[in-house]
Amino acid sequence: MIRFEPRSNPAAFLVYGVPMLAAITALLLAAIPLALAGAPVFRAYGLMVTGAFGSVFAVSEMLTRATPLILTGLAAAIAFRAKLWNIGAEGQLYMGAMAAVAIGSGMISGPSWVMIPAVLIAGAVAGALMLIGPTILKVRLGVDEVVTTLLLNFIVLLFVQMMLEGALKDPMSMGWPQSAPVIDEAALPALITRMRVHLGLVIALICAIALAIFIKRTVWGFEIRAVGENAAAARFAGISVTKTMILVAALSGGLAGLAGVSEAAGTRGYLATDLSPGFGYAGIVVAMLARLSPIGVIISALFVASVFVGADSMSRAIGVSSYLADLIVAMSLLCVLVGGFLVRFRVIFERRQGKESHHGNP
Amino acid sequence: MPPEAKRPSSPNPADLLLSLAGITKKFGPLIANDAIDLDVHRGEIVALLGENGAGKTTLMNILFGHYVADDGVVLVAGENGDMVPLEPGAPQAAIDAGIGMVHQHFTLADNLTGLDNIVLGTEPVLRLWRDKATPRRKLNALMAESGLKVDLDQPVHRLTVGEKQRVEILKALYRNARLLVLDEPTAVLTPQEADSLFATLRQLAQGGLAVIIIAHKLAEVLAVSHRIAVLRGGAKVGEISTADADRRSIAELMVGRDVPVSRRSAKTPGKPVLQLEHVTIDRGDARRSLIDASLTAHEGEILGIAGVSGNGQSALAQLIAGLERPDRGTVRIFGETITDFDARKFSRNGIARIPEDRHHDGVIGAMSVAENIAIEDIHSTDLQHFGFLKFDAIRNRAQTAIAGYDVRCPSPDAPARLLSGGNIQKLILARVLEKSPNLILANQPSRGLDVGAQAEVHRRLLDARDRGAAVILISEDLDELLMLSDRIAVIHSGHVSETLPTDDINRSELGLMMAGHSRHSPDNGPAPEGTTA
Amino acid sequence: MEILDILLSANFWAASIRIATPLIFGVLGALICERAGVLNLGIEGIFTAGAMAGWMAVWLGAGLWGGVAVAALAGAFFGMIHAILTVPLGLSQHVSGIGVTLLATSMSYFTYRTALPNVSSPPRITPFQPLDIPFLSDMPFLGTALFSQTALTMLALFLVGATAWVLYRTPLGLAIRAVGDNPSSVEAQGLSVYGLRIGAIVVGSSIMALGGAFLTMSAFDAFFFGMINGRGWVCIALTVFASWRPGKALIGALLFGAFDAFQVRLQTEVGSFLPSQVYLMMPYLLSIAALIVVARKADYPKAMLTPWFKGQR
Repeated sequence: MIRFEPRSNPAAFLVYGVPMLAAITALLLAAIPLALAGAPVFRAYGLMVTGAFGSVFAVSEMLTRATPLILTGLAAAIAFRAKLWNIGAEGQLYMGAMAAVAIGSGMISGPSWVMIPAVLIAGAVAGALMLIGPTILKVRLGVDEVVTTLLLNFIVLLFVQMMLEGALKDPMSMGWPQSAPVIDEAALPALITRMRVHLGLVIALICAIALAIFIKRTVWGFEIRAVGENAAAARFAGISVTKTMILVAALSGGLAGLAGVSEAAGTRGYLATDLSPGFGYAGIVVAMLARLSPIGVIISALFVASVFVGADSMSRAIGVSSYLADLIVAMSLLCVLVGGFLVRFRVIFERRQGKESHHGNP
Repeated sequence: MPPEAKRPSSPNPADLLLSLAGITKKFGPLIANDAIDLDVHRGEIVALLGENGAGKTTLMNILFGHYVADDGVVLVAGENGDMVPLEPGAPQAAIDAGIGMVHQHFTLADNLTGLDNIVLGTEPVLRLWRDKATPRRKLNALMAESGLKVDLDQPVHRLTVGEKQRVEILKALYRNARLLVLDEPTAVLTPQEADSLFATLRQLAQGGLAVIIIAHKLAEVLAVSHRIAVLRGGAKVGEISTADADRRSIAELMVGRDVPVSRRSAKTPGKPVLQLEHVTIDRGDARRSLIDASLTAHEGEILGIAGVSGNGQSALAQLIAGLERPDRGTVRIFGETITDFDARKFSRNGIARIPEDRHHDGVIGAMSVAENIAIEDIHSTDLQHFGFLKFDAIRNRAQTAIAGYDVRCPSPDAPARLLSGGNIQKLILARVLEKSPNLILANQPSRGLDVGAQAEVHRRLLDARDRGAAVILISEDLDELLMLSDRIAVIHSGHVSETLPTDDINRSELGLMMAGHSRHSPDNGPAPEGTTA
Repeated sequence: MEILDILLSANFWAASIRIATPLIFGVLGALICERAGVLNLGIEGIFTAGAMAGWMAVWLGAGLWGGVAVAALAGAFFGMIHAILTVPLGLSQHVSGIGVTLLATSMSYFTYRTALPNVSSPPRITPFQPLDIPFLSDMPFLGTALFSQTALTMLALFLVGATAWVLYRTPLGLAIRAVGDNPSSVEAQGLSVYGLRIGAIVVGSSIMALGGAFLTMSAFDAFFFGMINGRGWVCIALTVFASWRPGKALIGALLFGAFDAFQVRLQTEVGSFLPSQVYLMMPYLLSIAALIVVARKADYPKAMLTPWFKGQR
């Protein structure tokens, strides 16, 4: 018989080691579909590593990919900390991107030190509003936020499509559904010339550090932790669960919105319906791999980004489908979940006594 | 004591039904059961007596297959009378062997009817239809025989606590239980309901059923059992025939040490602190509501609120804790009408709140002891500066509280979930009493604590009262209420009775009021006075 | 009066039932899992897996019913993963469900891409054909609306009745309802909480997968990326709307299908002054609206989302 016994105080190496082990396990498990697909397994892994780290360009691509993942990862981390199940980062990202493009592609103009903060704020506010709605429905009416935020992803994407065929349509795009480009003053500048990695990365890193300090050292962070760990006790102690949830929603939605700004005003320079290949969903994996720690999010976003960029490059070289990356990412989520269980519980195998000798009681 | 409760003190060995031999169970370093032996015979009521944490419930969970013992065997009489071992860790085996268990927290599915709950698991699972007529016939016969009357077609959530307990007992009888185990069966009953339960159990025992009652109240055990086994710290420290039982020696066996009992001294109450005037909180169900309640708590008194759990206590507690606003009526504190019902403001204005469920509402297990002590005041400028926490101040406050209230914890930074129930309660006392509150809401403050921790809680409440605070003590434990309260009001189905001086009322009167009778109602004779501890 | 014409036409109701069919499978599957106390957000991925696996099996020559069986097996496989993570291990049902959706979706896409690396247009199979039942299919209105559907729609309708029967008329259904309400009541009566919950999730997930299979094997004849497009999440909302009852699930799915069919007809026949996306948003907006309407009185199975460990009370 297998029995699980809770560990009262898990060792630190377990707590920090498990996400790494989970990532490695997922990478190893990916060898099975690779082999089944008939690909040269070792060569494929080698190509993935060089694809993500092999050159300055590769690293720049990896960091570019990591930028929105850090932000959506932070969005999921702060929300999940408060047990607000925000699965709508994808929609919030698009809303953020749309707000940024709406004011950044010529509606207003000014110098960079005005325009860049303006698009950042617009995007964050748009993203925040997208989550505050479902959160109010949750705390006031008890509407499950998982389903509403999920459904909003589809609604937002259709809304973006509609805007791209209407108000935000680029007159010069010759029928492609994309927005007018963001003006130079509002665009997030590249960090290295002729590379794609841009100011968004710096913003994402600052957000991660600021969020870590916020959660750990401020009264509001204290309240978020309290509500997330035990909402009933927090309420009893006089913390307003509603206000705390709305604050969390604003932060989480805002961070996801910033991811959209970073993509639209940084990586792409315009808005299109293929802006995000699922950054919002991947953010959940990033956050879980990071055990919901903001600093951990940086590391896990780098891991997930290298898997994506590496798999893309491997796919181009040997023709294995790049959906392998999604597969690895999904498997790391499930592995880290199981890993988290093994941190909290000791697994004990024990033999039942007396079963064999005396079966069949009255 | 009714004479028919007694049986010969040396039962016939041929009637042996259950034999526990050398049962040992460890949870990490804690030894919950230490080589316990226990025999139970047909027609015998055995009381398993012990403090909270003595290992009673663990032992019964092993018997019922919820836990697997580390060592020892459970033997049950087989068809030919031989004692055969029971398969460990298999509830189904226990049920098949004729062991029925009534847990302290009922194991009923609330949305199903009584009948469905009883029949659940007795039919072959893969049958394509259900036969309701046969079970109904059998149950009607059982109900007539045992006097356990319940409406079988009501969803269980509509039944009273006493009725739910009857469903639980019927569940066991329906499965032809030979041995019935009841875990603290009277904790949720009025004294009169408890007496009627005991009468039923005696009747069932005379019909040959063996009964094990888990209890921590000596008086009840003396009233119903034939034999008493005392557990302490996981070990069996004594076993005695009830007829030969000496109250004092059993109490000492159970507690193992002398515990000083706090008694209130005479004191003249001061001016009113909290006044409720015709307050109604309507939650649809009367048992969860407060209906037209009026109540006054004065400086320097303990006002006891008696009642069977689930009669509106939670609505009253939520109101005084600032978590719920009244639908109608007025709440005054020091004469001022309260309009802003906000838990934080209440706490800031000198209302100390001790929650009913200390694990669920009292502490945040994942946060540190220090954070849990600071949580109510986290916005005060003592503990934060422009929103940034002052870690040193939080830690200092924790250290003072830990020392002053003897909270046993590894360090102020340790997560609160590592603390024992008694220490969690001390932490909560430290958090709320350190601020010298004017009004203290103590909701079941000593439930589930061992005797030492209980005495500590009582001492703190009496100290606060002597200092001049008003204490509202909500409790299901009549002994506690009678010992501590200056005045007592009874809550039943959301209605709060008039407040009576403790010296003017007795236990059986309280019991009747808890069952919904008004005071001095003639339709029920007083219960025997001898049941008071 | 054009609106009335639409509502009275048999073709409109035929379309409504067609649109409702995958939702019926999905809601029934979700309902079975949730009745046992486990939210299954793997549904979106399980739809995808059922759609891909069923189609692929037929494409490889397994026959239509072989494809249905393969789809159900794929659903059971991913259901088993969710069940192991959420029942004995007691992990977060939200996160595990999202994980299963990501896994099932990426595995389906990877498999499809690997099997068909260089196709410009998706290959097609011969899907289920409309039934032609003597007499019934020739009936005036119902013949077109109901009896000319495909066999999979009939299977969905049959499963509504079967699920209702099992839940309310059999000992097994009683046990499933009890385990979603208070697992301890089930354990105390000697039944296995884990067994019941795992079984319910696996069976529920295979029914969900049939919803996906319907899309590739009956409604269409090919597999596309992104073809599930949130249908799974809609089912989760409809389950709440249906108060976890199979009969109401059928009504909810039909209403939903009718609304969808109606707006399409309105758009084409009446002409549209709104962008097409507004119409496409409708199903999702409608789901959110349905959730809001029932939120206050929604009577969730009491033990839903709460893990249960052996020996716990």
